[in-house]
Amino acid sequence: GAMVRQAAVTALAALALLGAFHAAAAQNLPLPPLPYDYNALEPVIDEETMRTHHLAHHKGYTDKLNAALGELREDSQHKHLAKLGVDNLLHRLDQVPSRLRGAIRNNGGGYVNHDLFWKSMRPPTEGNAPQPGSRFTRAIDRDFGSFEAWKATFTASALSVFGSGWAWVVVNDAGELAVVTTPNQDAPDLPPVLGLDVWEHAYYLKYKNRRAEYIEGFYRLIDWDAAEARLASLTDRTEL
Amino acid sequence: LHDLDAAAASQSFKLPDLKYDFGALEPAISAQIMEIHYTKHHQTYVTNLNATLEQYAEAEHKGDVAKMIALQGAIKFNGGGHVNHTLFWENLSPNGGGEPTGAIGDAITKKWGSFDAFKKDMSATTAAVQGSGWGWLAFDPKAKDIKIVTCANQDPCSTTGCVPLLGIDVWEHAYYLDYKNVRPDYLNAIWSVVNWETVGARFDAAK
Repeated sequence: GAMVRQAAVTALAALALLGAFHAAAAQNLPLPPLPYDYNALEPVIDEETMRTHHLAHHKGYTDKLNAALGELREDSQHKHLAKLGVDNLLHRLDQVPSRLRGAIRNNGGGYVNHDLFWKSMRPPTEGNAPQPGSRFTRAIDRDFGSFEAWKATFTASALSVFGSGWAWVVVNDAGELAVVTTPNQDAPDLPPVLGLDVWEHAYYLKYKNRRAEYIEGFYRLIDWDAAEARLASLTDRTEL
Repeated sequence: LHDLDAAAASQSFKLPDLKYDFGALEPAISAQIMEIHYTKHHQTYVTNLNATLEQYAEAEHKGDVAKMIALQGAIKFNGGGHVNHTLFWENLSPNGGGEPTGAIGDAITKKWGSFDAFKKDMSATTAAVQGSGWGWLAFDPKAKDIKIVTCANQDPCSTTGCVPLLGIDVWEHAYYLDYKNVRPDYLNAIWSVVNWETVGARFDAAK
């Protein structure tokens, strides 16, 4: 009687502990996988850069984000924020307790930014451009005048970032495209459809200080089909 | 900073002479990094500073205040880059390393308890800089004390109100080819080439 009860209590306690451990582990965000091999973006982005960028930098942001979210969950007043999803959380940083705000901003930003960056690219092709007549081509022509004009704007913006940061193509509620930059790992205010990392670690091993060459190479890598799909899902139902 | 005064008079800044070979700071900092850092990055700040100041002088001549204001960001970036790197090359030396003596040595021990405690603090604080920036051991003239400050991008130490004594560049270009993402390894290594003579002289002049 008593012994069976004791054993049951012990077993239940062990299960609860395991459950708690599993819950914590299950809540950890994984490092988003690279959509292609580490050498797939050669010769524009070298394999060593891709490995370091994904397995060291992006992994670092992932681990530190998980640590920060873990701390957030311990905070009974603010733990609901950890359920918002990282993108939403990055737009509600004012609600995050100040002791965790920087960690969430930098590591949450690093986490989502690099995920979008990998997905913004595919193996290089010459003459890479959005499909003629596609939603993206029509939006670029309408909002920038021409593909060449858009390219010039994007290049200038990516070059203008001083220190660490990103260049983005973002879309507003009306489906209009814009080129913006953000410093460090800050998220753009409007949702991005593609992004370019211009932190030095993104290009230094191969290009050293020659950021302009790296930006020129990026155009051969842009996954226009993926960007088009993101634009479609972000835009309202109104036809252009 | 004699070079900067002279340059101001002639309205054209120049890359200062490096007092040692590119390979002199190995293994802490490789010759490859030193060459690119000095001949490309620092040179670009100097070139862009001169170009911006030319535009500024023109705008000032025309009384175009809006243009003058618009150029201030570029003056801060490039001017700060030139000031910071000039200080940086001088506070490194192939004969550097070890522990500081004299007034600066005493001040560090007094404030941190030991040189090792100071090194640990400065390494950790500088490693924590988000994105691009610098870590400085600086003299606060109001508090009449030394402290560790960090600055973003190329904001010079003077923007904190303090006098720079020892600067450590943690832009990725300063260490990436040698250490990749492992900034703490770079910070660990750089202590072996810190020029305490120069740092001490700056402290003596500031206090």
